Amino acid sequence: MTLLIENASLIMSVQDNGRFGFMRFGLPESGPMDWRAFNHANRLVDNPPDNACLEIGFTDASLRVEKDALLAVCGAGYQISLKGRKMPMWMSFWAKKGDLLDFEKTPGGNWAYLAASGGICSQVWMGSRSVYAIGGLGRLLQRGDRILIGKSIHRSRWDAGWFIPQENRPAYDIDISAGVVPGPQYEWFTDEAQTAFWQQKFNVTSRSDRMGYRLRGENLTHRTGADLLSQGMVMGEIQVPPDGQPIVMMPDHPTTGGYTSIGTVCRADLSLIAQAQPGISEISFIEINLNDARDKLTKTIEDIDKIEKPQEDVWTQL
Amino acid sequence: MFPKFNPVGESAVLLEIDEELTPAINRRVHALDSYMQANSLRGVREWVPAYSSMLVIFDPLLVEISKVQSWLKDCLENVLDNEAQKAKKVVIPVHYGGENGPDLAYVAFYNHLSPGEVVRRHTAQTYHVGMMGFTPGFAYLLGLDSSLETPRLKSPRTLVPAGSVGIAGGQTGIYPLESPGGWQLIGRTDMTLFDPDQSPFFLLAPGDEVQFHAVNTGAFL
Repeated sequence: MTLLIENASLIMSVQDNGRFGFMRFGLPESGPMDWRAFNHANRLVDNPPDNACLEIGFTDASLRVEKDALLAVCGAGYQISLKGRKMPMWMSFWAKKGDLLDFEKTPGGNWAYLAASGGICSQVWMGSRSVYAIGGLGRLLQRGDRILIGKSIHRSRWDAGWFIPQENRPAYDIDISAGVVPGPQYEWFTDEAQTAFWQQKFNVTSRSDRMGYRLRGENLTHRTGADLLSQGMVMGEIQVPPDGQPIVMMPDHPTTGGYTSIGTVCRADLSLIAQAQPGISEISFIEINLNDARDKLTKTIEDIDKIEKPQEDVWTQL
Repeated sequence: MFPKFNPVGESAVLLEIDEELTPAINRRVHALDSYMQANSLRGVREWVPAYSSMLVIFDPLLVEISKVQSWLKDCLENVLDNEAQKAKKVVIPVHYGGENGPDLAYVAFYNHLSPGEVVRRHTAQTYHVGMMGFTPGFAYLLGLDSSLETPRLKSPRTLVPAGSVGIAGGQTGIYPLESPGGWQLIGRTDMTLFDPDQSPFFLLAPGDEVQFHAVNTGAFL
């Protein structure tokens, strides 16, 4: 069973949970920008959590369904429609052979994830299907590409209609509050810069991609300098180069860096940053301690398992 | 002051052994790396050895950060008495000069040497992979003869072929992938540094020893 890409968005690729164990060789983990939406989408179609999804970003896209399939889309900034009929995200639905699935870009976010029951069966490199185009591990999708879907146990629309209750979805908003654990070079910044970091609102610039989001705000001044002996970096780390403008590391980030990091966005809130829209969203960073960051992650993962099915007559209409 | 342990978010710990880069400190990082591989801890996903630091990434739902930190501390203490380490030695054949190394003449001119002498000095050293990063498979090599130090190009090339061997300041390295770059290119190797389709995926690993070998015959220009 396949999906035919009739129109590819600006950044569109296959992503699974990511590729682990190669950061020591300079290869980042990759994986979804908004890992929470990705996980919810897989959950809705009853896939194991590491199955690959289609990641659609920044502009419109459309796909032709070439065989009946149980699908779900989660994310922000998109209105989806099936055969021209608007559909809600965060819900599983049954698509029939020949149906056109449209992704129309709307305000509210950048990324949407399409999960198909059975999972996407694209090429595996080094234990993962995640595309990392800069490193030569696959490429971004283009019009005319076909995506192969694995065998599904779901055979009819009666398996569709599951949804994620509003309260368990990430709280996407134009005003974003993201928890940050300070360090490792927090003390390298002046008192004024430390205060400004917590008090001001940052914008995302258009120079943002799967490697990192460049933010704009009041300059964060270093006491002596921004350069340090290169060391390893993780996703969510907020690097501040000499120009004082922070960069949040995203899944395709460089694995090492030689500039100071003022803090790290907690994993649970990194999904919110991923959906921050260039020139529109405003980001505030809130200091969070390690225990709270971990508890937030635990709660977030628990929420992914919470799905519901409403009365049948509500969803068979769709 | 050192060693320093700092959390990097809820899922990583950074151990800084020192703020300087010396061959001895870097060797300790790689010895620690080997020791950690032999004495792994459940819940620890991977780690990134760098010049004088070690970044450890773990799953905070499987292991407490305090446990990761004490494991790391134990590893560091034990490795001091056990610094012997088995580095892999890799010989890399290089076509120096000509279209493979368009900046060889400049590196020679800048350092008041003949191109042949640059090649002789570049192949005379045994280098050490201090860390990897920048792009997949890129090794930061320590040990460049200081008489070969040359500043980067003023404007980087938009496309450097894979396998190009370059010099930037006091560093030397090999481009694993075709990419933009500002290093002075003195040669090129036919060896593949990174191949995502075939194991082993990477030619080099942190801590390896590297020796360049000139495959040219005759003059270098």
